[in-house]
Amino acid sequence: MADMKATFGQSGRQLAFFFVHIARMVRLAGHSFVWIFVAPFKGKKLRWGATFVQMVRIGVESVPIVGVISFCVGLIIAMQAAYQLEKFGATIYVADLVSVTMCRELGPLITAIIVSGRSGSAIAAEIGTMKVSEEIDALQTMALNPIGFLVVPRLLAMMIVVPCLTVLSDFVGIAGGFVLALTNLKLAFVAYFNQTAEALYAKDFITGLIKSFFFAIIIAQVGAYQGFNVTGGAEGVGKSTTTAVVVSIFLVIFADLLFTMLFYSTL
Amino acid sequence: MNAPIIKIRDLHTSYGKRKILKGINLDIYPYETLVILGRSGCGKSTLLRHIVGLNVPDAGQVIIKDVDITQASEAKRDEILKRMGMLFQNGALFNSMTIGENVALPLMEHTPQDKSIIKIMMRMKLSLVGLSGFEDFAPSQLSGGMKKRAALARAIAMDPDILFCDEPSAGLDPIVAAGIDQLILKLKTALRMTIVAVTHEMASVYMIADRVCLMHDGEIKFLGSQEELKKSADPYVMQFLERRPDADRLDPENYYEELVA
Repeated sequence: MADMKATFGQSGRQLAFFFVHIARMVRLAGHSFVWIFVAPFKGKKLRWGATFVQMVRIGVESVPIVGVISFCVGLIIAMQAAYQLEKFGATIYVADLVSVTMCRELGPLITAIIVSGRSGSAIAAEIGTMKVSEEIDALQTMALNPIGFLVVPRLLAMMIVVPCLTVLSDFVGIAGGFVLALTNLKLAFVAYFNQTAEALYAKDFITGLIKSFFFAIIIAQVGAYQGFNVTGGAEGVGKSTTTAVVVSIFLVIFADLLFTMLFYSTL
Repeated sequence: MNAPIIKIRDLHTSYGKRKILKGINLDIYPYETLVILGRSGCGKSTLLRHIVGLNVPDAGQVIIKDVDITQASEAKRDEILKRMGMLFQNGALFNSMTIGENVALPLMEHTPQDKSIIKIMMRMKLSLVGLSGFEDFAPSQLSGGMKKRAALARAIAMDPDILFCDEPSAGLDPIVAAGIDQLILKLKTALRMTIVAVTHEMASVYMIADRVCLMHDGEIKFLGSQEELKKSADPYVMQFLERRPDADRLDPENYYEELVA
């Protein structure tokens, strides 16, 4: 009995902590958006130079990996779809399945997962290391706000770059389907192309982009929050980096579920 | 004497249940060098963090130039902060930037000056601390003493009225440490600053202090000039100056109990 109490007490506390963290993250996001939308009107510059540097780091440098993985995933869905559809002689519908799945779901999701692994962790590690070496304190004593100085450029870069990467992922994934259709399934290029064009609606594409925009916010905020939360040296930085990746992937998938429920029932 | 530039009134703070500062009252006057002295963990660094507004106290006021920075709005606090410089214990230089960019950063962010003028100002500050020609080096390429000098150049970039130093000579060999102390003195006369330094090194105290504030257990044990410090009959002050360790409090029976419990 005492054991059970201890176990449930422990889980209850952890759950409570989780919600406290989420609340603080939302508050950090609130501050960040004040810095983006309100502070510029009060004479505080947005740091576009730093934002551009982050766009290159988060966006341009992930193009190869996002491309390769999306291509593989497109190919995989095409093969799995063909395996089922062959039984009905309906392999042309591989085009529908691959294009709609990539645009509505897998493009945004794969991009978000790659970016949180690559850049969400980097944000947490960078900010965490700066906290440990008193660089965040130094910023504050120089009357520079760490949110405006560090978080906003990364957040802006994410919000611009992740939807772009998602578009890339959508197209490369569909190209993966094309490759299977043309080689293994022996479908005509024009037929497959027309089928894809007919299957895809603008809303499939746009709902995916809306999702990816919110995923970007989640990844940047979780990374920054975990960075600011670092305590105690190198070990703390390592822990926070891991937590940043795990939490952002979890929240991305959870948000994906909510969005998909919303879009599925309304659009 | 002039009116104090910094007034600390009944400052209390704690980490969890442990009380760190127990009602600190302290006046700091313009153009003096006040050294806050004390053993590790006595609350001296915490006091400094409260003065520069990095920590928020449980109770009490820190009034800098008639503004209570524990209550001030962000804009007002920023105005005060722009007129202060802080030298951190390990320098706290931004590792992602060069030395030159580090020193130029406050100027770039807070002054409307053109880039070329800021570059000249940055070089002036670097030459003041004896680091001319090091502007394109990364902080990781510099030795400990040079890092401190670079950090000092950044702290005085905005020509502050008040300079705060957290353990300026910690972790440096005696020659380099003496060099940093001398540099602080030189800058003080060159820029007419008030200096508040935290340290536990007596050599440093004798070199730079106008007044000394000795802290123990979150309270101020002694406040006065160097001569008064040397003449003080307070047992704790004497223990500190004579570098005597705490008396051994081990008694064999309790020791056994402590181990078994």
